[in-house]
Amino acid sequence: MAATVTVEVARYRPERDAEPVFQQYEVPVRHEWVVLDALTHVKDEIDGSVAFRWSCRMGVCGSCGMMVNGQPTLTCASYLTDHLPGPIRIEPLRHFPVIRDLVVDLASFLRKLRRVKPWIVRDDGPVEPEGEYRQTPEELERYHQFSQCINCLLCYSACPIVGLEPDFTGPAAIALAQRYNLDSRDRGARERLEALSGDHGIWDCTFVGECTEVCPKNVDPAGAIQQYKLASALDTLRSFVLPWGK
Amino acid sequence: MAGTLDAPRYHGRWHRPRTSVFWWLESWRYTRFVLRELTSVCVAWTALVLMAYVGAAGLGAEALATFLSWMGAPWLVAWHVVVLAGLVYHSVSWFSLAPSAMVVRVGGRRVPASLIVGGNVAAWVVVSAALLWLAGRA
Repeated sequence: MAATVTVEVARYRPERDAEPVFQQYEVPVRHEWVVLDALTHVKDEIDGSVAFRWSCRMGVCGSCGMMVNGQPTLTCASYLTDHLPGPIRIEPLRHFPVIRDLVVDLASFLRKLRRVKPWIVRDDGPVEPEGEYRQTPEELERYHQFSQCINCLLCYSACPIVGLEPDFTGPAAIALAQRYNLDSRDRGARERLEALSGDHGIWDCTFVGECTEVCPKNVDPAGAIQQYKLASALDTLRSFVLPWGK
Repeated sequence: MAGTLDAPRYHGRWHRPRTSVFWWLESWRYTRFVLRELTSVCVAWTALVLMAYVGAAGLGAEALATFLSWMGAPWLVAWHVVVLAGLVYHSVSWFSLAPSAMVVRVGGRRVPASLIVGGNVAAWVVVSAALLWLAGRA
């Protein structure tokens, strides 16, 4: 195994760079190190000015998503040894404005997320005597997969539609909307309809499928979008065939 | 909270890379997607030819013979070989995606993806065989 590997880090310092430039660092290769460890080594030992986000280091917080050799990657879950002999090129997540080095602005995603109301919508108060909404394991299984999203936004970087249509609601927000639509306790499907079926909703998606490929949590956002498309199309068809029925 | 979410969409000092028009050449998986979309032209072409075929058959034996003689032109036969390849690629790639969109539950359990793909392909083969049989009889 090589003793060191070269990492090429995209640097964008708005006070001096008109465009991002790559800076090379030589980092030791340790069997148990992930790409995030290499970045931490750079920051602690070589160049403290490199900016990047991270938090939990265990694939839960979703903060350390970056492009690694052109692929959207959770850097805390990608071993250095999988990228040898290098060099390893690290860039900020694609399709987001870059604030500095590897740090991107996430406000556009937060706006989109808020539009789809990713919470349980009820207007009738607690209906169970104990104040709980009970659920069977089968009802839980319907949405459980989509509830695993950690908002790491790798799916937005993998989706060419997000790059071409920046207002597209996007994979994670739609998957989270579907997570609540499929929840037996939720009554908000109608309130989410406009955000999902209207402009920049599900119909912008052309089913490239890369969002699902890169998802570190196997959420399958592409599946969520196609399932919503199918349900929406059937609903429209039903309203034509049975205009008087519900 | 509102202050954060309503922050300006663009900031003068942010770097905003543009998506290249050649984004679909960046990875084989993107190219595969574009090929799937492009081969929908083959599906449309096949549908048009099939309708023209049925229309000619409806007009009588002479019209059908003229239509078939057009179809026998070497360049059209060559083109239809390409169309067939595109059609097969389009169909197979779509069927492989079907389990993503179709959630079928039997007895509370989700039917495995392989069964959904298999069911679609089986239906495709049966319908194609029936059409071939019909065409053979005609």
